[in-house]
Amino acid sequence: MVESLLNSALGMATPILLAALGELLVEESGVINIGIEGGMLAGAFFALAAAYFSHSIAIGLIAGIGAAVMLNALFAAMVINLAVSQVVAGTAINLLALGLTGVFYRRLFGITGQAFTVHALGPIALGPLGRIPIAGPVLFDQNGLVYLSLLLVPPIALLFSLSRYGLQLRACGERPEAADALGLHVYRMRWLALIASGGLTGLAGAYLTLAYANTFVEGISAGRGFLALAVVILGRWNAWGILLSSILFGLAIALQFNLQALGTAAPYQLFLALPYLLTLIVLALLGGQSRAPTALGIPYVRQ
Amino acid sequence: MSGRSALIRAVIEPLAALALAALAVSIILLALGTSPIDALGALLAGAFGSWLAFTETLVKACPLLFTGLAVALAFQAALWNIGADGQLLAGALLAAAIGPMLGAWPHALALILMIAAGAIGGTIWGALAGWLRAYRGVDEIIGTIMLNFIAAQLISYAIHGPLMEPSRSYPASAAIAPSAGMLMFAPPSRLNAGMILAVLLAVACWIALFRTGVGFELRAMGKNRRASAFFAIPIKRLTVWTMAASGMLAGIGGAVQISAITHRLYERLSPGWGFEAIAVALLTRLNPLGVILTALLFGALDNGAQAMQRTQGVSPVLVQIIEAMVIVIMLAFDSSLLARTRFRFWPPLIAPPIATATAKPADG
Repeated sequence: MVESLLNSALGMATPILLAALGELLVEESGVINIGIEGGMLAGAFFALAAAYFSHSIAIGLIAGIGAAVMLNALFAAMVINLAVSQVVAGTAINLLALGLTGVFYRRLFGITGQAFTVHALGPIALGPLGRIPIAGPVLFDQNGLVYLSLLLVPPIALLFSLSRYGLQLRACGERPEAADALGLHVYRMRWLALIASGGLTGLAGAYLTLAYANTFVEGISAGRGFLALAVVILGRWNAWGILLSSILFGLAIALQFNLQALGTAAPYQLFLALPYLLTLIVLALLGGQSRAPTALGIPYVRQ
Repeated sequence: MSGRSALIRAVIEPLAALALAALAVSIILLALGTSPIDALGALLAGAFGSWLAFTETLVKACPLLFTGLAVALAFQAALWNIGADGQLLAGALLAAAIGPMLGAWPHALALILMIAAGAIGGTIWGALAGWLRAYRGVDEIIGTIMLNFIAAQLISYAIHGPLMEPSRSYPASAAIAPSAGMLMFAPPSRLNAGMILAVLLAVACWIALFRTGVGFELRAMGKNRRASAFFAIPIKRLTVWTMAASGMLAGIGGAVQISAITHRLYERLSPGWGFEAIAVALLTRLNPLGVILTALLFGALDNGAQAMQRTQGVSPVLVQIIEAMVIVIMLAFDSSLLARTRFRFWPPLIAPPIATATAKPADG
């Protein structure tokens, strides 16, 4: 019982974790991208659409990544090259994604009412490891994307703690004028961060449709992109903190579906609201923004 | 910057933004295999083609005016209120809760109570986000977005539970008493007094923002938070008050929806007005009076989109793409790129964020 809850928790955490890791890269470089939600949604839809028509999960994944990357590229052009307000641009991306996915979904599938499902990404049981009591089914019986997301955490953590590139990226986010004066290409580094983040966000979205739901409904991302933003803050802009926070939120989401297991009389809406309530409470207790990159959200214009 | 060029910009920019957005959307329509002329033509006919169509456009514009004002007010203070939806819902919830109980009250009093309920609900919801930002350092972007989802769940709980309509057969609240119903002007159209209220509030907002001391402080805070704090503007309190006022406007909008249009509460009351409101507010550069016009415009888009779906089979969600493109284009107009051209005295659309991001850890 607990095992299945934890198993789901890890699964639910994966899209948030992937998106949050991407957002970490972006925020360390000094940009806040609230358009992750749109990127996730676009990734979800186009991954499923491509997989559906091509009968190939691989093509689906690529399409999902591609869609999110393109949205992030538009966002990057707006906030880096045109130096506009990042919050507003992010909102525009979200609206754009909602509109595009909605329009294409209804045109391609809504009218015909065809079942828009694909064969899911199945779990990859890791043999004997999967039979370890408790830890086995939780950790070692997940699908490939879950493992991928977990495996991405150490390299990203090391990127920031040990590597020169990580330091340079941080410099762009702390004081871009100084970074520029030192010869770093702030624009280019921010662009790269956004493209990489697009890839991760696209994967996160693809997970939602290809691995989790096996279908698409409008608004399937349901605020997970925004939860990823919160996770970055909760995780104190640190890859390991982000991992922990993602699992916490995954647990909160998984609880929604495991109500019977808990045998509680509380209204189900409480559980549906739980991830969002938790975000507010934890952020309020931890006092928010003190570890944010100093130049986060401030457009930088090369002089 | 001269007044004349400001006026020219105020007129040309939105028109140009619309034209460009229409162009972008036409490309998408072509990709979908629909003639843009047919589709956009159907949209216009649906919005203005007949008296009833026109009144429905006004009906669709009304909530956008309320939420647009809420967003414009908050954005003027550089408070990114993405939660107008949640605040509207909070207002609607309270209004729908007391509505059924007002049967014995005189019409005018009942209406006042409905509006007050909406105002209170929205104020609480907005102030909550403002407090979280000012006193707990919780970014209002995240705060308001989270509160949106929480509000939706509160409503869901209410209409499945304590507020559920008497026959308990479908998830909606009980119908409000007739005395709590808004004054309607010309049945069968749905023109109502709530629209007048919205316009009056727009004027009040403009006066408050541009003719009062607190409005000045609010705008100053929006332009440079840290400097404002230095000059003894009470940043934290003003943040809470601004978010409260913003929420109040949206909440009243929610009450008006219940009172005039839906008469009861149900799931998904708002089809995303809170997000549309951002486009509505931005298109007119956060000017409360301009919001009246842009709300009308987007109301027309929303109304026409339904006709477009009926006759052309294009999803009404297309309008969201138009909104997104409008925001993108308005932002581009404002970019430093254009500022370096001969339009050198282009005032920034959104207050320069220089102070807002850095001021968060060191508020007030």
